[in-house]
Amino acid sequence: MKISFIKIIKENSIEALSLIIVIMIWQLVADGIVQNNFLLPSFYDVITSFFALVKNGLVFMDIFISLLHFSLGITAALIIGIPLGISMGWFKKVNRAVDPIIEILRPIPPLAWIPFAIVWFGLTHQAAGFVVFVGMVFPIVINTYTGFKNVPKVNVEAAKVLGCTQNVKLIRFIAIPSAMPSIVAGIRIAMGVGWMCLVAAEMFGASERGLGYQLWFNYYLHRMNFVVVYMLLLGFLGLFIDHFFRYYVDAKLLKWTAGTVV
Amino acid sequence: MGRVSVINVSRTFIKKEDKSETEALKKVAFDVGNGEFVCLLGPSGCGKTTLLRIIAGLETLTSGEITLNGIPITGPDPKRGMVFQQYSLFPWRTVMDNITFGLEMQGIKKVEARIQVEKYIELVGLGQFKNSYPFELSGGMQQRAAIARALANEPEVLLMDEPFGALDAQTRNILQDELLKIWEQKHVTFLFVTHSVDEAVFLSDRVVAMTSRPGRVKEIVDINLPRPRCRTGPEANRLRDYILKLLEEERLKR
Repeated sequence: MKISFIKIIKENSIEALSLIIVIMIWQLVADGIVQNNFLLPSFYDVITSFFALVKNGLVFMDIFISLLHFSLGITAALIIGIPLGISMGWFKKVNRAVDPIIEILRPIPPLAWIPFAIVWFGLTHQAAGFVVFVGMVFPIVINTYTGFKNVPKVNVEAAKVLGCTQNVKLIRFIAIPSAMPSIVAGIRIAMGVGWMCLVAAEMFGASERGLGYQLWFNYYLHRMNFVVVYMLLLGFLGLFIDHFFRYYVDAKLLKWTAGTVV
Repeated sequence: MGRVSVINVSRTFIKKEDKSETEALKKVAFDVGNGEFVCLLGPSGCGKTTLLRIIAGLETLTSGEITLNGIPITGPDPKRGMVFQQYSLFPWRTVMDNITFGLEMQGIKKVEARIQVEKYIELVGLGQFKNSYPFELSGGMQQRAAIARALANEPEVLLMDEPFGALDAQTRNILQDELLKIWEQKHVTFLFVTHSVDEAVFLSDRVVAMTSRPGRVKEIVDINLPRPRCRTGPEANRLRDYILKLLEEERLKR
């Protein structure tokens, strides 16, 4: 146990050293040069603020609320985006009907939907979830569609001569597995976009709780040390979600792509 | 039982843009008896692959008819297995699961199907690789797996579209030997498209030589050589020479 711990430190020594140096520079600059807690809170300030938040438990509630908004958005985006992408990719006529609508809606920045999110849903979790949904749904639709377009014809034909001839079966057994790397890549892109939309939606008041809301609230109070805490929390949570997805999904779902370039 | 009759089959492709017509096949007619090994041979672009795809049910015909045991072919069917020139294994399935695919489509449970296909995996010599993914296999092994996958459905006819075309010469010879062994064991009807005269003479009972486009049957050559065959025997060489001359005539006509 002890040996493996030392080994980890040894193996990651350059990374760890680099982090420590950056933190030291930050602390020195904040303390020695800027000397203004409003312009640049020091590392020490941020850490004590963080522990204060942990102590009164408020931070866990906000993490929970933000994750709730995020899961509302991602669930809706998956439920609508994947079937839509599938039907566009498999049925030419659906693509012709839906594509113009998507091409008009897609360039609208998701944040431009915030006023309507509030008008339609009020200051609720659904409103924030809706903005996340708008940010996530397009990358998911488009990557699912692309994945379906690129299903090798020879695989479809091979399946047909093996007795898999109905559309439903072809989609389920051939097109979906074949398109999976593309779909997964779309979801990963969407998660990055969705995370940004989440923070913005909460900041602009589409919700009364959450990490983004707290970040903005503390800015109004000029408590910049807390603003940094929430910034870092958002960064780490985003990183965590992405890594969880990358290691879990890639290892489980996409073993077979190890030999291909995706 | 796998008796294939090709009756006056024509196929014309019409380009969408300028409505120009290309005649790929013109009144092609021949019969393939049950358990026979027939090679389709012809200059490139003569429509031999198109004909095979029509028999598989992946392509439609403009006029004429193709029957299997007297019943007209309308679409793809597991009774007519096919091995493609390109690597067609499903990359997301292991070798084993590729081979069970056809049985799963018939509604047989995966566990059951795995037991059933074991003999086909052994037949093509992939026992060691049954849990590997296609990307881990060489080209020759992939085509072996594709043959096993087609055989697992117990087809009456096995259609092969230049299955060894992408392989190196040595692997090709080995797979030809193995294919003949499989054919002798299973005794299904084999219809094999190739552009290699050597391959056709070594493998088949009869060679259907086709003309250049539009493809017609130029001549059906019986290969009455005893099996196992010698690739370089005088009789084989004489037949090879004869078929090569047939193809050369086609080349000069163009």
